[in-house]
Amino acid sequence: MSTRIDEPVETLLSIQNLHVWYELRRLGFNVIGHVKAVNGVSFELGKGETVAVVGESGCGKSSLMKTILGLNIPTDGELSFEGKNLAKLNDAGLRDYRFEIGYVQQDPYGALPPFMNVEQILEEPLIISGVTNKTERLERIRKIMAEVKLHPVNDFLHKYPHMLSGGQQQRVVIARAMVLEPKMIVADEPVSMLDASVRVEILKLMHTLQEQHHLSVIYITHDLSTVKYFSARIFVMYAGSLVEKAETRRLLEYPLHPYTHALLAATSDPNAANAETYKSVPPGEPPSLADPPKGCRFHPRCSKALAGLCDVKEPPDFEPEPGHFVACWLYES
Amino acid sequence: MMNATQLLEVKNLKLHFRTQKGVVQAVDGVDLDLDFHRAVVILGESGCGKTSLSKAMLRLLPRNVAAYSGELLLKGRDVMPFTDEEYRQNVRWVSMSLVPQAAMNALNPVISVGEQVSEPAMLHLGLSKAEALGVAYKMFQHVGIPADFINRYPFELSGGMRQRVALAMALVTSPSLIILDEPTSALDLLTQANIMNVLKRIKLELGTSYILITHDIATSSELADEVAIMYAGQIVETGDAKDFFPAPLHPYSQMLMASVPRLRSESDPMFITGQPPSLMDPPTGCRFAARCPFRFEKCDEEPPVFQKGNRKVKCWLHQ
Repeated sequence: MSTRIDEPVETLLSIQNLHVWYELRRLGFNVIGHVKAVNGVSFELGKGETVAVVGESGCGKSSLMKTILGLNIPTDGELSFEGKNLAKLNDAGLRDYRFEIGYVQQDPYGALPPFMNVEQILEEPLIISGVTNKTERLERIRKIMAEVKLHPVNDFLHKYPHMLSGGQQQRVVIARAMVLEPKMIVADEPVSMLDASVRVEILKLMHTLQEQHHLSVIYITHDLSTVKYFSARIFVMYAGSLVEKAETRRLLEYPLHPYTHALLAATSDPNAANAETYKSVPPGEPPSLADPPKGCRFHPRCSKALAGLCDVKEPPDFEPEPGHFVACWLYES
Repeated sequence: MMNATQLLEVKNLKLHFRTQKGVVQAVDGVDLDLDFHRAVVILGESGCGKTSLSKAMLRLLPRNVAAYSGELLLKGRDVMPFTDEEYRQNVRWVSMSLVPQAAMNALNPVISVGEQVSEPAMLHLGLSKAEALGVAYKMFQHVGIPADFINRYPFELSGGMRQRVALAMALVTSPSLIILDEPTSALDLLTQANIMNVLKRIKLELGTSYILITHDIATSSELADEVAIMYAGQIVETGDAKDFFPAPLHPYSQMLMASVPRLRSESDPMFITGQPPSLMDPPTGCRFAARCPFRFEKCDEEPPVFQKGNRKVKCWLHQ
């Protein structure tokens, strides 16, 4: 663990009541509704801090990520980086902001242009950010390639993505995200497309880089078993909201939200005894974000739902123990 | 080991492909046994030949086949000498069907799911359309799809529901064996758990046997009665899941198990350095030797399969 929860850290990214809604139009004219992909998300991320956003596909984690990367304009709410409000930045300011964040994509092969070799791929961000000296660019490329362990560097410089294995491709993606020396990395399922034996290698590499560069990392995943090796805190996301926020160990040992319970119960460890029992899975499927259920969005699938409360009023964040937040009426008192 | 109750016996199965660069030995001498009402998991990393193995068993071959040989005994009868037409009529989808990789994205978008599921029953069992729809309806119940979904189209269903449709399509001819190629890898956690529950229930209710092909070790343990570990075109270890998961024998199996991040233990996962050998020109000795920490002189020779109790392992350490 890189940062402890009781250590005061300088805030890098602060998100207040963020909403990202997409318009639904009929015939391209009238707005007939909204897809509420992110609905009231708030959190702070300190310098050098790592958090994992855990949720299923369609829960809004990609929309949240794109908004943090400055690719989506928030419908409502405030997003500030090092105290600067993103909404108030002009184009040049926004460009500089994007240089401060690295993005590690999910599918390394899809994320790398097939017609560029490793050197060109890593050089492009440097050119765009205005490093005009070719020698300096090459020096920085070599340095980052050594750091992500693409060595011998000379062998890899002129290779094209299709000549690399999945793990090596992901190293190039990580190198590209890191080459501008960002303060924060957003990693979207960085290992889900890789083989089991390579997965751990990449996670450990990212952990080393995070510690060496004192990076803040937002690790987006659906795989709870990898989270504890990488993140100090976990945010559990369901249908556009963060339903539980806590320190990783605490959340894995004492999960509070019924949805978190369901996710943990569905995660298998390799064990032959698993074949003898059925898994308990909440009924139904995540709601449509265009027409989410009233009240708590998980209540139609929740076995502990309180009639007259959960289906009527949206739960606010409760804090049953310090630093452990849960949006669930069960923890009201 | 000829046994009348044996559902499937694969002996020395080979499937090689011709490519521009040379011959790829994707499946190279695979032996595999499976009883009725059992599930075997074939675990391996990408490129180890596990999908080719499923294609070889169903004889769904591309055009560039360089070698296709071995014995494939289904209920005691060798089906390898069958002509393609005999194979289609008597084996594929009649005795053995497949849920292919990413099946949920391979459904025909302009035909209702009920019709798609009933089609194999019409073609292979010669049922009328109405009869076939009746069987399809029954299969929908088994896989947990609401009855009114039968007239819907694939785009109206979620990923998990579409995966159930693909499963119903494999089940509709009541085969004794279904090959599942990565049935849950594209699905969400809770949907994965749901599909695993469905597979367990079908095995209990219909007595279907499974060959589950996957790289996801943790999820595979949900279904496995037996485990087979595949590496570079060969099966390197087989055994009962109850014996395998606590104590794998082959060094590759041990390292693969050690690479799994676990939710409920504090173990620090390890990774395997190096890469699997090219299947174009595999090493002559043990194929894992180059990455193996226990390598010794003997490993330059190809190890035979050693029997350890009721487990089998292809490694000189267990001589």
